[in-house]
Amino acid sequence: MKRPLLVILLHLAVIALLLAANYVLPAYHRDVLSRALVLAVFAMGYNLLMGYTGLLSLGHAMYFAAGLYGAGMTMLHLGWSTPAAFGAGVATGVVLALVTGVLALRTTGVAFMIVTMMFAQVFYLATLYFSEWTRGDEGIVLPQPARIFDMGGFHFDPTNALTRYAIAAGLFSLVLLLTLALARSGFGRVMVAIRENEERTRMLGYNVFARKLIVVMISGAVSAAAGAAYALLFGYVGSTFASVQYSILPLLWVLIGGAATTLGPLIGTVAMTYLVDYSSSALARALPDWNISYLGVVGIALIVVVLFFPKGILGTIRERWAKWLP
Amino acid sequence: MSFGPHLLLAMLEGLVSAAVLALTALGLSLVFGVMRVVNVAHGEFFMIGAVVAWAVANALGGDPLIGFIAALVVAPLAVGAIALLAERLVLRRLDYNPEATIVATIGLLYLLQQAALTFYGPEARAVAAPFSYRLQLPWFGYSGYKLFVIGASATLLVATWLVLTRTRIGLVMRATQYDRETAQAFAIPVDRVYAGVFVLGAMLAAMAAVLIVPIQQAHYLMGLDPLLLSFIVVIIGGLGSLRGTVVAALIIGLSDGVISMFFSPTLAKMIATAAVAMVLVFRPQGLFGSTPR
Repeated sequence: MKRPLLVILLHLAVIALLLAANYVLPAYHRDVLSRALVLAVFAMGYNLLMGYTGLLSLGHAMYFAAGLYGAGMTMLHLGWSTPAAFGAGVATGVVLALVTGVLALRTTGVAFMIVTMMFAQVFYLATLYFSEWTRGDEGIVLPQPARIFDMGGFHFDPTNALTRYAIAAGLFSLVLLLTLALARSGFGRVMVAIRENEERTRMLGYNVFARKLIVVMISGAVSAAAGAAYALLFGYVGSTFASVQYSILPLLWVLIGGAATTLGPLIGTVAMTYLVDYSSSALARALPDWNISYLGVVGIALIVVVLFFPKGILGTIRERWAKWLP
Repeated sequence: MSFGPHLLLAMLEGLVSAAVLALTALGLSLVFGVMRVVNVAHGEFFMIGAVVAWAVANALGGDPLIGFIAALVVAPLAVGAIALLAERLVLRRLDYNPEATIVATIGLLYLLQQAALTFYGPEARAVAAPFSYRLQLPWFGYSGYKLFVIGASATLLVATWLVLTRTRIGLVMRATQYDRETAQAFAIPVDRVYAGVFVLGAMLAAMAAVLIVPIQQAHYLMGLDPLLLSFIVVIIGGLGSLRGTVVAALIIGLSDGVISMFFSPTLAKMIATAAVAMVLVFRPQGLFGSTPR
């Protein structure tokens, strides 16, 4: 954590680059990248818990889906405006994180992974069971006019590709700066201390349980913000986003980009999005009868990363060349 | 049909799923107990077993009985070979680190699903039952094959129990489970025991799948449910405890059968999953297990 000026300049440069890209990118890539940026927010939320605090959750889909449904259902059934629905989504995520966190944090290690996975499974089944309101697998499409809103004297239309990208990039920048601030703060160092040696941290007088619970709630809030933004920007809410797959994906993105690095989730998400995109279509063209889907690509990526690059892209760069990277 | 026979039917159905579940969960339990590895790909070993059973029955054609017996031999061997490869090429290189192996077996899960999708296709396909005897009860007729599944599963469970408690192989496995380092000091090839246990666990899942596939169709996404249910059973039964696994499989299978018949299957799964998460939170050693050393 040396060279504070360089670190801050690097992050501001990344943000400036992303915001400027809006006016340069071709339409297709702008769409792909807006989606990837929202999902990168989800990955950053996951990274706070898994990367910095060392708690490997296999149930983060429930926080993402809590934001998704919290925003989508209040908009559809209560007629809330976009900012209010976004707030409802984040609040749902925080409350869910508090309840599941209090219970799940009683366990550690493998039991923590399984408990979080089971909570997420219950949430997923609930989205199917209450299909009267959620419409289960089929999902809800949020009407376009309801998503348009005014804030601070400006008129926002999330169905417009440029605005959508700007909002996604704005949310991403905000969460990136939050992660950076958290990682450099005293609280962030205690998070890392818990990851490295929980017993010793407790011995030093820190209330480890309370700190872990706060991290679960921050992580849940960020993941839910990503979910709410996803629902409001792309207008679709469905139970697929609550399934196991969406608990595994943030793990994959963070591992590829580099756990406990501020920019790793972005790199991992964007790299994986384009890898799945291009390799699926390239493989489908090369091997037309093989039914290649994201399954094979994600499977191989997980095994290769865990075998050969356990530190991820940025983690390896930090270890070899740039010790100052946060 | 009145309530009594309805309940009997629900319990018979529950007993069939309990029988298959006990076999599958036992494999997961052995792998976790001895190797301390949570094998997330266990459900996919089950799925591959079912797919291979279909392929064998389809290739042989003719009498379904011959196809069934051949599948009972070929499917566990094929799945065992895949498990051996995964163990040697991936798990061993990770030094059985719990978190890394979970990530790796998730990767394996996706890879096996992709393989099934590629070589078997997205369709669900049924296999003919080896015989079509129907047991006529006063209220309803019941498939004799389903009763055979219960018997076959019980036989396999007893056989596994005998191997674990009465043979030298079982002794070596239990020694490794109890204390890996002391076992190694006594010249037990821990490395090979791990490979053997992983293969055995996968083969148990494959055998369970061969038994179920005449009742339930083979499909490339069929592995998720047995995986979650096996987790539930292993957690409630206590890790590495064979008796606990069987009792828990009975509880889960029967209650699943009864609740699904009278209420909604989704609700049954929700209740079971939430209950198990609570067991893990408040009684991590399981309902029947003893406190870990």
